[in-house]
Amino acid sequence: MAKITLDKLAHSYLPRPKSDADFALKEIDHVWDDGGAYALLGPSGCGKTTLLNIISGLLVPSKGNILFGEQDVTHLQPEQRNIAQVFQFPVIYDTMTVAENLAFPLVNRRVPKDEISRRVSEMIEILDLGDKAHKKAKGLTADDKQKISLGRGLVRHDVNAILFDEPLTVIDPHMKWQLRTKLKELHRQFEHTMIYVTHDQTEALTFADKVVVMYEGEVVQIGTPEELFDEPAHTFVGYFIGSPGMNVIPADVNGRVAQIGNTKINLQKAYPSLSGNVELGIRPEFIKLTGDDAGLPVQVTSVEDIGRFKIARANINGVTLDTVLPEGGSVPAHPKAIIDPEKINIYKDSHLVKGEA
Amino acid sequence: MLELKNVSKKVGEVYHIRDVSMRLEKGSLNVLLGPTLSGKTTLMRLMAGLDKPTEGDVLVNGKSVVGVPVQKRNIAMVYQQFINYPAMTVYENIASPMRIAGVDKKTLDQKVRKAAELMKLGDFLDRLPLNLSGGQQQRTALARAMVKDAEIVLLDEPLANLDYKLREELRIELPRIFAETGAVFVYATTEPHEALLLGGKTATLAEGRVSQFGETISVHNKPVDLQTAQTFSDPPLNLLEVKKVGNQFEFDGQTVSVTGQLDALSDGAYKIGVRPHHVFLNKPSTPALSVKAHVSTSEITGSESFIHVEKNGYRWVALTHGVYRVETGDELALHLDPENFFVFGQDNKLVAAPAKLQGE
Amino acid sequence: MDRTLNNKAWFLVLPVFALVAISAIIPLMTVVNYSVQDTFGNNQFFWVGAEWFVDILHSERFLNALGRNLAFSFTILAIEIPLGIFIALSMPKKGLWVPVCLILMALPLLIPWNVVGTIWQVFGRADIGLLGHSLHALGIDYNYATNAVDAWITIIVMDVWHWTSLVVLLSYAGLVSIPEAYYQAARIDGASKWKVFRYIQLPKMNRVLLIAVLLRFMDSFMIYTEPFVLTGGGPGNSTTFLSIDLVKMAIGQFDLGPAAAMSLVYFLIILLVSWVFFTVMTSLDADAPEKGVQD
Repeated sequence: MAKITLDKLAHSYLPRPKSDADFALKEIDHVWDDGGAYALLGPSGCGKTTLLNIISGLLVPSKGNILFGEQDVTHLQPEQRNIAQVFQFPVIYDTMTVAENLAFPLVNRRVPKDEISRRVSEMIEILDLGDKAHKKAKGLTADDKQKISLGRGLVRHDVNAILFDEPLTVIDPHMKWQLRTKLKELHRQFEHTMIYVTHDQTEALTFADKVVVMYEGEVVQIGTPEELFDEPAHTFVGYFIGSPGMNVIPADVNGRVAQIGNTKINLQKAYPSLSGNVELGIRPEFIKLTGDDAGLPVQVTSVEDIGRFKIARANINGVTLDTVLPEGGSVPAHPKAIIDPEKINIYKDSHLVKGEA
Repeated sequence: MLELKNVSKKVGEVYHIRDVSMRLEKGSLNVLLGPTLSGKTTLMRLMAGLDKPTEGDVLVNGKSVVGVPVQKRNIAMVYQQFINYPAMTVYENIASPMRIAGVDKKTLDQKVRKAAELMKLGDFLDRLPLNLSGGQQQRTALARAMVKDAEIVLLDEPLANLDYKLREELRIELPRIFAETGAVFVYATTEPHEALLLGGKTATLAEGRVSQFGETISVHNKPVDLQTAQTFSDPPLNLLEVKKVGNQFEFDGQTVSVTGQLDALSDGAYKIGVRPHHVFLNKPSTPALSVKAHVSTSEITGSESFIHVEKNGYRWVALTHGVYRVETGDELALHLDPENFFVFGQDNKLVAAPAKLQGE
Repeated sequence: MDRTLNNKAWFLVLPVFALVAISAIIPLMTVVNYSVQDTFGNNQFFWVGAEWFVDILHSERFLNALGRNLAFSFTILAIEIPLGIFIALSMPKKGLWVPVCLILMALPLLIPWNVVGTIWQVFGRADIGLLGHSLHALGIDYNYATNAVDAWITIIVMDVWHWTSLVVLLSYAGLVSIPEAYYQAARIDGASKWKVFRYIQLPKMNRVLLIAVLLRFMDSFMIYTEPFVLTGGGPGNSTTFLSIDLVKMAIGQFDLGPAAAMSLVYFLIILLVSWVFFTVMTSLDADAPEKGVQD
């Protein structure tokens, strides 16, 4: 177990990168605490897999260093770094049984036989694979195979970190739940540093203590799920996290008032007069639709019922506004949107502006 | 209008599809919902004519089409893996069905550009699929399906290989785009969430059988049996077994009085399904069954918290708003309001569904 | 998946059908006809039933030739399969050298078979052949025309030279289809090169290898041209394989009946072996359905 330090790390897949755009991973300086559960979250092509491969050693970065504890491992091979990795699709040894699969990394490291046997049976218990221990791994379901992939990492005691590369991709939604919960339990039990790459925000937010949101090779924000939800540092984070994502509406902001069209909204914090691309960010969960006179007049264009709540998509000055209605709720006759001032975030050129109380 | 009458598909001794009958109206959006290997793809292939049914009949507008080769039928199909002609540009890819049909140049150009506009591919017409992102490739495949003016459009988990957010965007656009063409629209997915967002009608599949087919939200709120209810739940449905005695439900030594349709049930043992957001952490004002359970783990997404608990071998999930911090091993009191119960008999068939959710 | 019937397709197949009928099925039927008859000449034939078959199956000549074929096939399999796999493993997977290596491997396969025989015939001669001359210079008494062991060794080496490339190309195709993630996982698990071969590469290649074994067995069992050109079946009958013997009987001795019977027996043996391989192959396929293939 060790803390992981990223020191001015950057990577380009081109041999001679000329500009910033040539870098798949732009410069990043960060320390991951020992034993934490982290998620790298972002859309395809944002650089998260590149970063993961640098951490695991499958890729050597073009710039910067990476340290495990105090040791510079930048140029070390994966097998020398004491990490384990679980891939997008289950990687198991076809000819071996479940037990043999789990024993494999220990056999290769010449762990004594009785120690192997003890750890393997322990792992089989923990992973709920009890009745399948001596079955050929080939014939199992995808989620059992992923558990085996994971087990091969956990069964070693010398692991610095366990890395997950979108591991639930081939798993059915029902099993995704179980496997995700299991991962969380295992993290609690073993306290390994775990780094999880995904484009699915639910996976990231449920698994991680801290989420690293990435966009186009850059780290846009690092924070706890609550921080990311309540105070996105960038409109991209607001959009990417939450289903549906944050509403971003162009507005005029001055002092404690924001103006959208003809409606004035009182803000909790004071802002200087802002120019440039100024936007007001508010999550659908914090907008209420009422029939009362106060509030922003909106036109509701559609309502989607997803069971536990409904999404009412509204329109204001040509900008889409998503709001949430409770289960069984309905849209009032002349809908007005009331925005919770506590939850408003103001953005200038897509970056969060911190107001004064 | 597409109709299946008692269609079955047997491979060797195994039934991949068993006795399916459905009517899909013109201009309708139909979702096939079920886990992997439940038969969704097989069913779609039977609808398309890529496979012949072992039993039963497939009719289009009243006429049987079994035996009619798929090239003669007017269908379009989009797959999970973005399938495009790798050597052709986006423009050519979209144009290909029309070129085969011999459409004149002017109309072809118009239609290609219109489809590209709708799919936001206008700037990429000269590119090869290799140089496009996953989302763009899939949109090319969708555009190609659109221009065919097909009567039946089949989409087999088309968004499964795309990013979460991209999926959200396309999910909103798709029904709107295809609604304009008036085709019969069939969409296969494993995610209940997606079925609900798409709307239309849903058929739930399990092990080759269609257990229910109806308005999506109706199937969600009034599933005919336990399996359908479970197929349509994400997070998974919480299950418990209760006994009805007089006007009360009994569970684990706790009781709660029931009224209305629940009271009308005969006494005996029942299986109850409760959706995670109906498991309350605070006592509601209406009568509720209180259960003490131990927390096994909690997951916080920022807007919601999922609390996983264990009780007598049952594993439940409670969904609550906001951030709710608990420690593993903590004892929690959970409150279940019978008004939210899905009640199933010992044969797993629905006996009562929450009254307030009906009438949608 | 059953394809929907398209009657037009039959018309396209008809010419091929006719061709196969004329060149293969009708002659085959003729052979069957001969195999159950005998003649005293003058084109007069009379029925002898299964007599020739019984004779053949008891004849020492046939059984010896069969023995030679089996020995030959197993020997070359034992050499070509491991050698082919080894070469495939050593070939680069990416980069400029890939097409170069592939072409080099393909070359021996492109040479007409009787030319292969001729090449080695000349190569092995003590007077004008490089190999023969070098061996004699080293003091080794090598003569494939008079020494049975030398003849066998030459034929085996010739076949290995000619056909190992096939195994190489098939194995290579199997190898490059293994996803990178497996190798990465093996590295992380600390597996040695041998273990990677045994637990990842070999299992993932087994389907391809089965095809290679089937093809090589069938081809080697039917071998004719190369040994015929090289040794003509000699010295004596030490390299007289079934095919060579068959030709001797049919054309040399003009014993049509026994020859026809023998060729049918030969045909049936090959059919049986192929069927066994096919069954094993399809049972391997059915063994573990690939999850991830959508239904």
